[in-house]
Amino acid sequence: MHGSIMLFLWTFPVLVGLGNYLVPLMIGARDMAFPRLNAVSFWMIPIVGILMIASFFVPGGPSQSGWWAYPPVSLQNPTGNLINGQFLWLLAVAISGVSSIMGAVNFVTTIFRMRAPGMTWFRTPAFVWSVLAAQLIQLYGLPALTAGAVMLLLDLTVGTSFFAPERGGNPILYQHFFWFYSHPAVYVMVLPVFGIFSEVLPVHARKPLFGYRVIAVSSVLITGISALVWVHHMFASATPGWMRMLFMVTTMLVGVPTGIKVFGWVATIWGGKIRLTTPMLFALGAIVNFVFAGVTGIMLGSVPLDIHVNNTYFVVGHFHYVIYGTIVLGIYAGLYHWFPKITGRLYYEGLGKLHFVLTFLGTALCFVPMHAAGLMGMPRRVASYDPEFALWNVMASLGGFLLGMSTLPFILNVVSSWILGEKSGDNPWRAIGLEWLTSSPPPVENFEEIPTVISPPYGYGSNEPLVAAHATASPTNSESLIE
Amino acid sequence: MKLRAIVTLAVLAVLLGFFSLWVAQQSYSWMPPEAAAEAKLFDDLFSIFVGLGTFVLLGVTIPILYSLLFHRAGKYDSSDGPPIEGNTTLEVIWTIVPILLVLGLSTASYRTYQKMAIRGPMELVHLHMPQMVEPAYAEPFDDSPQREIRTALETAPIEEIDVTAKQWAWVFHYPDGDVTSTELHLPVDRRIRLSLRSEDVLHGFYVPAFRLKQDIVPNHTIDFEFTPIRTGTYRLRDSMFSGTYFAANQADVVVQPVEDYRQWLADAATQPPTPAYNRAAEEYDRLSEQAVVRGWKSVSPAPAPMVNYAPKQKPSSPPA
Repeated sequence: MHGSIMLFLWTFPVLVGLGNYLVPLMIGARDMAFPRLNAVSFWMIPIVGILMIASFFVPGGPSQSGWWAYPPVSLQNPTGNLINGQFLWLLAVAISGVSSIMGAVNFVTTIFRMRAPGMTWFRTPAFVWSVLAAQLIQLYGLPALTAGAVMLLLDLTVGTSFFAPERGGNPILYQHFFWFYSHPAVYVMVLPVFGIFSEVLPVHARKPLFGYRVIAVSSVLITGISALVWVHHMFASATPGWMRMLFMVTTMLVGVPTGIKVFGWVATIWGGKIRLTTPMLFALGAIVNFVFAGVTGIMLGSVPLDIHVNNTYFVVGHFHYVIYGTIVLGIYAGLYHWFPKITGRLYYEGLGKLHFVLTFLGTALCFVPMHAAGLMGMPRRVASYDPEFALWNVMASLGGFLLGMSTLPFILNVVSSWILGEKSGDNPWRAIGLEWLTSSPPPVENFEEIPTVISPPYGYGSNEPLVAAHATASPTNSESLIE
Repeated sequence: MKLRAIVTLAVLAVLLGFFSLWVAQQSYSWMPPEAAAEAKLFDDLFSIFVGLGTFVLLGVTIPILYSLLFHRAGKYDSSDGPPIEGNTTLEVIWTIVPILLVLGLSTASYRTYQKMAIRGPMELVHLHMPQMVEPAYAEPFDDSPQREIRTALETAPIEEIDVTAKQWAWVFHYPDGDVTSTELHLPVDRRIRLSLRSEDVLHGFYVPAFRLKQDIVPNHTIDFEFTPIRTGTYRLRDSMFSGTYFAANQADVVVQPVEDYRQWLADAATQPPTPAYNRAAEEYDRLSEQAVVRGWKSVSPAPAPMVNYAPKQKPSSPPA
């Protein structure tokens, strides 16, 4: 339930919300392509939330099969009731799938059709590229997960036999349905975060994004490769040798486009005029964490190594370094960076930096020990652990508490500066980008006049204007562009 | 000036290389003892990954830290950095290097996997002949641990044992003597072939000291092979979440000299089957006895297995 709630009700909604807000602003559109579809997709999320949370209160308790819901455990239904925790969970996942597919259709259409005049693909910001890459994954992957959830729901309620072994079903088939989407799902979350890095670093290092075109295209490469890696979650499962080897190679290949991005980011800040603002700290911290997660990820992609650490705390540690260390830190970077855009006010730097220090240390203290426990052989999902793992677990718990505390300065910062913060002006970072051309916060329809783009993004250090002169909203903005 | 930068970089890379090598050597101590031939192979491969991983991680982190220290804008400096938009040579290099790196690591992993020669599932046929492991030994550089494995594998007759997993117990059946046990006894330096079966849900056969794991799927019999090379008592854990008492689903694995193993088998064969101790059942009963049952409803544990040999209490293996 921890995993389901965190993914379906926190990470995904936050990122989709950020994308929904920023993509139209960045491409010079007044709104998403299908506003009504957007609303339907949005209002399904509270329903998913209510179903998930309600499952704690039905007799027998919530789903007890983890966020994978592997059959046959997920089909066991000890209470015998028709309405049980697993039932509500599956219903919520299926609805969430439909909601996200609608969202993906909307994003892809918007990015293809609604870019401002003159915004060719290689004038489109890297964040928009990465959102497009992520939403394409949603389009090909989510139907598989949603169908798998519906089949499992039918097995659970009306006794079909897709996955139930005692009725001749194949439980391994479910794993394919589940992972065909749920591994790329990690890229759905991490790609927009890569986009955030690509936006934040040039602004705060005052240098163009190094290798912008390659970084943009590598997002789409990740979309392609990630369609062919899902079996690496099943190396210890029922997979024949050839499948293990094939998916080992494809999994490791993901390291190539992500490596290109990391090197590009490092080269972006190299020799720049770095300002160590809160978004910059979060972005750089997240990149370091991501490289660590990438190293352990390549280890997990290697079949012989995975056979030892699969389903141990090593995986839990790796996963949280991606999900928390990279994605959540990256989301914070984005929230601080666009906070003046969203609210028209400045956040407090001191609180922001405190938030970063606590979060970064908490991440290391909470998740590094998990790798050690995993190498020693502690399985994941255990309700009680053996005494030899105590040291690592106590450390992880302390880190967990620290992470809990770390959100306090964030909440304090956001609430107080939204109400009392200093007015930021339209473009406090002197950033280049269409989203900074309009007022902060933007008017209902974003732009009074749709700008015409005449040069690539990230023109820091050169004097080329981003948009044609007639389209700039106010004199202050055009000044900042010339810098 | 440019030469000096290149020399500095080269020196740093060499230093970093030595440090990574040192970390790679440390990685052996992060793991339980190497109790199976496969564990040695795992540790060697893992060490390579750790070394390269350290190099890459620090290779990225150090330039970031360097930039943060030396490329900071002054407080009142509102100028921009140089408008460098990319460098094709550099970008080609850092595309090709990762490709070579992952292909190299894939190859190393493939060779290790071949040497382990685990019988995967889907290959459900019992092959009553020694495992073919030739490709592993065609290497020119045959170092000593490999030779040990080689002797271990080539001289070893195969010992077959049936393993049944259920919610929540492990039962081991030795066709030789028709013995059942809740403790897995194995002869050292023999190729072991397990037939893994599950009575209910997915389980995972996992012995950390062997670095081996295989999921067990209901309605399938999965062959699984390995070679223990170190006597001692290790822990078998269920690695695939199998319900409420999943964490308690453990057993001891006793690797012993062949003669001791034969003796144990002979002794056990004379014992009449008795119900074995079961931790999951004990925890479940303790909970059910309480006046108010707290917590969510659980599937009830399978009845205690009837076995010839059962340790009298909980598994007692040392941390391993």
